[in-house]
Amino acid sequence: MAKYWHVIGVGIQNNLTYRFNFLARTLFGFIPLIAVLYVWLTIYSGKGQGAMVGSYTLAGMISYYLLTTIVDALTAVNEDDWQIAADIKDGNISQFLLKPIDYLIYRLCLFFSGRLTYLAVAAVPLAVFVFCLRKYFVLPPNGITFGAFLLSVILTALLQFFISYALAMLAFWVLEVSTFIFIVFAFEYIASGHLFPLDILPPGLAQVLYFTPFPYQLYFPVTVYMGKVEGVELGKGLVVQLAWVLAAYALARFMWQRGIKKYSAVGG
Amino acid sequence: MTKPSHSNPTGAPGSPEPNPQTPSLGGLSSAGGWSRYPRIYAALWRNSVTREMIFKSNFLLWIVVELLWFGLQLSFIGVLYLHTDHIGTWTKWEVILLIGASHFIQQIFQAFFLINCTNLSELVRTGKLDFLLLLPVNTRFVVSLRQVDLGAFVNAVSAVGVMVYAARQMHLVPTALQVVAFLLLCLAGIVIHYSLMFLLASISFWTVKAQGIVWGYYNLFQIARLPDEAFRGVFKAIFTFAIPMLLVTNVPVRLLVNKLSSPGPLLLLLVMSVACFLVSEWGWRASLKRYTSASS
Repeated sequence: MAKYWHVIGVGIQNNLTYRFNFLARTLFGFIPLIAVLYVWLTIYSGKGQGAMVGSYTLAGMISYYLLTTIVDALTAVNEDDWQIAADIKDGNISQFLLKPIDYLIYRLCLFFSGRLTYLAVAAVPLAVFVFCLRKYFVLPPNGITFGAFLLSVILTALLQFFISYALAMLAFWVLEVSTFIFIVFAFEYIASGHLFPLDILPPGLAQVLYFTPFPYQLYFPVTVYMGKVEGVELGKGLVVQLAWVLAAYALARFMWQRGIKKYSAVGG
Repeated sequence: MTKPSHSNPTGAPGSPEPNPQTPSLGGLSSAGGWSRYPRIYAALWRNSVTREMIFKSNFLLWIVVELLWFGLQLSFIGVLYLHTDHIGTWTKWEVILLIGASHFIQQIFQAFFLINCTNLSELVRTGKLDFLLLLPVNTRFVVSLRQVDLGAFVNAVSAVGVMVYAARQMHLVPTALQVVAFLLLCLAGIVIHYSLMFLLASISFWTVKAQGIVWGYYNLFQIARLPDEAFRGVFKAIFTFAIPMLLVTNVPVRLLVNKLSSPGPLLLLLVMSVACFLVSEWGWRASLKRYTSASS
């Protein structure tokens, strides 16, 4: 175990060199967020006092977007997928085949340290931003909900990571993985609730999306926080999310096993 | 939305490494003045075509990626209009026309300039800029236009398709004059995008890690495709007068759908495009003075 703690330590140090990048990313990220909030504000004011969109009041809608930003900061893969693909392409994984170190766990440690550093940089601007909008920001209904939210966020992070890892494994077979990553990311972007809460979609469509892993990559933890899933539904949701995490993990392991058979370290 | 490097489906890591030595400019005499530039540019085009043809499947896949992201923006608007009939005074088809126009402007900008702007930091980091500085042509010209992204033209066509469809839904038949004026205003918008992006890319002379900043600019594109009436206060002022994103697409589309009440915004867009270009030229020159090449 000690070696992986060491990896996390090194990962944090490496990521700290990108602190300026992280800060720029956080601050630039606020611009489209503010823009979307303005659009919603205009829509709500056009509808008159006390208007609702789906089940959302104006405060609910703004909270939704703030929460997606927070969950995203906590769980999104940053450069991990590109780096893994590059490791494979450049033959850097050869050294891991010789060392008593598991590449997946190694990358997971780096992902963890990356998120930790990102949060350290993004926490202050994010907190200031939420504070400015505090009159629209709802708090979780009770402690249990908040606990379930935290659990769900951890599962979300694992799901994000394993899916990205499995995708990056394509680098064993194709020279250029970025197109595949962007295609999957496009689906994820809309079906995970990045653009809008999924329950303002026509019910049939929202139901279909629930059969994919995408809502569990963002939408699910946010709705847990907002108290939209409770009791049995909450338990069921967490089980399904866990199932997707395990499935993605199995896929990641499987792709690695298959890939390594095909692997030839070119110039490595 | 905090993932700019992901939300920008283009020019990402992995596009084939450009080789600055490929343009065959050798046979051109340096005495030719401005008349030789079209010939130089034609040579750069030929190189780009060759490069794209080496990675055909990749070329096609990028087009698919762009189409998907375009569809995504359209579906976002579709969902918004399930719950409202108007954003400010903008109706559904007007906003779809706006998204189409924004995509059109962005793709044309991308076709000519985007890769070249993002590559600048790489040229500075590796010292390859030396080679371009020594060429007997305007350096900004060759840095800005070295590579052409041909896939972007295909995507620009899809944007035009959406605009035409939206116009038909509105029973909008613009006059020839309107269309010409629209295209001219789009050109002004492209100049704004290019100037701001080039200015940002010039920061790589001061800090080599400028690539993140350049990608940050992509977040600004997202504002350019939203109806200006949604915005107020400081935000609106900044993105009209300092970083004129709210003019780039909104003004040409307003002209097309007869939503302009005065010629004011029109003049503002033109003035801002000239101003942005001048500022970027000043920034480029100031930055170039700092260039010390790489120890190679």
